[in-house]
Amino acid sequence: MHHTRYALSRAIRLIVLVSIGLIPILAAAEEPNVGTVTTDNTAGTVKGTPADMPPSTVTADTAEKGDAMQNDTSASDETADAEENPEEETEYTDADFTEVETVQASSDILRYGIDLEGGLPYFMDNWDGSGTLIGFEQEIIEEICRRLNRKPVPVQIDWDKLIPGLERGLYDIACEGQEITPQHEEVVQFTVPYYVTGLQLCTHERNTDINRLADVAGKRVGVPKASLAYDLLAKMGTVDIATYNTEVNGFDDLIHGRLHAVLFDQPVALYYGKPREAEGIRFINEEIGAVKYGFVVDARQPELLEQVNAILTDMRASGQLRNILERWGLWNPQTAREFGDPDIQPRTEPVMLNAWVEQSRPISGFPARIKRYISFLPLMGRGALLTMEVSILAMLLAVALGFMLATVRVYAPWPLSLLSVLYIEIIRGTPVLIQLYFIFYGLPAVGIKLSPFIAGVVGLGLNYAAYEAENYRAGFSGVPHTQMEAALSLGMTRWQAIRHVIAPQAFRIVLPPVTNDFISLLKDSSLVSVITLVELTKTYGLLATKYYDYFGTGIMVAVIYLLLGLPFVRLARYTERKLAAHLPTTPNLRR
Amino acid sequence: MTGKAAQPLIEVSHLWKSYDGHPVLKDISFSIEEGDLVSIIGASGCGKTTLLRCLNGMEILDAGRVTIAGVTLERKSPEERAGRDFQQKAHALRTEVGMVFQSLNLFPHMTVRENIMLAPMIVRKVSREEAECTANRLLEKVGLLKHRDRYPYHLSGGQQQRAAIARALAMNPKVMLYDEPTSSLDPALVEEVLEVMRELDREGMTQIVVTHEMRFARNASDYIIFMERGEIVEISDEDEIFLDPKDERTRKFLGQFVGRDF
Repeated sequence: MHHTRYALSRAIRLIVLVSIGLIPILAAAEEPNVGTVTTDNTAGTVKGTPADMPPSTVTADTAEKGDAMQNDTSASDETADAEENPEEETEYTDADFTEVETVQASSDILRYGIDLEGGLPYFMDNWDGSGTLIGFEQEIIEEICRRLNRKPVPVQIDWDKLIPGLERGLYDIACEGQEITPQHEEVVQFTVPYYVTGLQLCTHERNTDINRLADVAGKRVGVPKASLAYDLLAKMGTVDIATYNTEVNGFDDLIHGRLHAVLFDQPVALYYGKPREAEGIRFINEEIGAVKYGFVVDARQPELLEQVNAILTDMRASGQLRNILERWGLWNPQTAREFGDPDIQPRTEPVMLNAWVEQSRPISGFPARIKRYISFLPLMGRGALLTMEVSILAMLLAVALGFMLATVRVYAPWPLSLLSVLYIEIIRGTPVLIQLYFIFYGLPAVGIKLSPFIAGVVGLGLNYAAYEAENYRAGFSGVPHTQMEAALSLGMTRWQAIRHVIAPQAFRIVLPPVTNDFISLLKDSSLVSVITLVELTKTYGLLATKYYDYFGTGIMVAVIYLLLGLPFVRLARYTERKLAAHLPTTPNLRR
Repeated sequence: MTGKAAQPLIEVSHLWKSYDGHPVLKDISFSIEEGDLVSIIGASGCGKTTLLRCLNGMEILDAGRVTIAGVTLERKSPEERAGRDFQQKAHALRTEVGMVFQSLNLFPHMTVRENIMLAPMIVRKVSREEAECTANRLLEKVGLLKHRDRYPYHLSGGQQQRAAIARALAMNPKVMLYDEPTSSLDPALVEEVLEVMRELDREGMTQIVVTHEMRFARNASDYIIFMERGEIVEISDEDEIFLDPKDERTRKFLGQFVGRDF
């Protein structure tokens, strides 16, 4: 049929135009959150090398799995091990913090891959708000760079993707607790160890019967999921094991009496447990296990490996490395043995650990709490802004594409309308979470690499387009068919009739359900946190785990979501009234 | 009248149309000269409306030929595909033929004047100013100028049908088709619509009206086509058919109206 074909060609042209139009908008909108945790870990699923395992985990989970589990709270992946800490996300706008794709290799800089999420005490934003990075590995890297006379450039990437990212050449060296194990050594190039960690057993003051690892037999003990600690306890046989994605929650349960003990990696236990000693957390002084950490150097740069090894060896020998570890409270017998240092007892105060404990002490008193909540506002504002950007752009895409789909479904000849039906049914019938993973992690397999922001907008937009299409279809059928006939009899083509006569009338009909969907999208946008975007919900998780306060922070975030949605509800109502100017007042149009 | 001039404005020959195997139009042939006003009468379901819809390509005819103002729609048999070419011609035909429907179907989201301006602007690509100018002139003609900025909902049925006529006229059609234009109206409002049609007739517009208004058919028409069961029973002069119907079926149909004044 000529008219429909014509309509279609017009429709396709419009889609193309819309998409072209959207690109600069998307690109522009992406700008503000370059600084946030934008990672482009597109390589993630392409090659899941066995090496991309977190320290002390037993299996390398695929990226998806890791991310899937954690969507709201601190997404420090389930493979939780040593990091899992309240990270902070404060100052990603740090000028040093460059987006993954844009950092070009150069002999003037050393690009090092890290994940600030759960980065404590390896890497974290300085809690003084200065926007600088601190952490014991950060100090080591800075020293290496100083000696190499190269500028350190951090590259933020998901922890799980650190090794794939290195293989893609996104940076020269991968950091943050990379475990030296025989299996890992087969696939990647490690430097000499700079630290040897162990496991830390913590219990609560009320459990006076637990004073060493052997005492936990028959007790309920929290461990990171798929970890060395898990294996250890599993071997004991009689232990009731609870696994955690987020260690903070393990400490919470310990405090609330749901656990008798937790067995976490030392750095994590120190930095999450120490601040809560006042709440009854008790550290058991026992040496359990040993895992060596080394940096992983890009295999294509053997000379860099040599240089870094030389520097680390010297730092070990000179006591410089020991000094750094002591500052961070990490000096332990395992590391002393590795370094060949007979002096197991620390010589200096763990100033960084003490400072951390000091600044993260739970606040008591109402005014102090309010003050803290107010201090959350800038971060939450940034998260809310990203939520809005993703939601609005996704909705624009959804409405434009949904309109096309509905038009094709209702007015195009059957092969095309069937395609439209298929799209709608497939998209509606599969979880949006899977679609997001597919777009972000799956599409790179066929050469389509999208930044997290674009992937989020496209993923949500394509998903909601299916729902909007159905809204529009309902809208179309709500317009009497005689309207189409009248328009055609005036010499309009079908497409002209749809555009000028049917669609404007349908629009008024679909406005309420579309508004409804937008509100729903606003909330579903929290799903994009799984592809590394730090929007409002993710911000909630980060802040809540950092300050051990899910309650007050949660109420605060809920209120922000409500406030975000309200203007759109009002706007929709206003528009609806405007569009109904030609109609009699009906009850549902009352103010 | 049939066959008066060399090239009639409308020519229909051997037109067939059926729905689901049920024939609605059977071998219809007639022609209409420019400037004529023709009424099509007949009982409900006799195929009048379908015939009218075939005349502007809203229905795809099964077989036969329709020529209006030089544009020809033709199918040799129902098996012949009514493809792109046919649709293109139907579209071309519609730009030459205006149609007013029984249902009130002005575009409700536009004012009366916007209703009239829309098609010229997007189909004929005339400028907004020109479209507005035309709309004002036509609204004046149908007596709705003062209602030009109102929405259809606020108009009476008669006013809406007059506006619909103006909307069709804005495309400068060579032929106007009316499908029972007054049958959804209050009796009191019928006359104002018919008057507009009479006025157009005086101006020389070619018009075909499917109607139940026997008085209008008799008084205003140049001639009348009487249909029954998908066939044209009789085509004749308006007085002739009322005073002396040639066919028994015509006589019977008109017999229902005995005693009425027309």
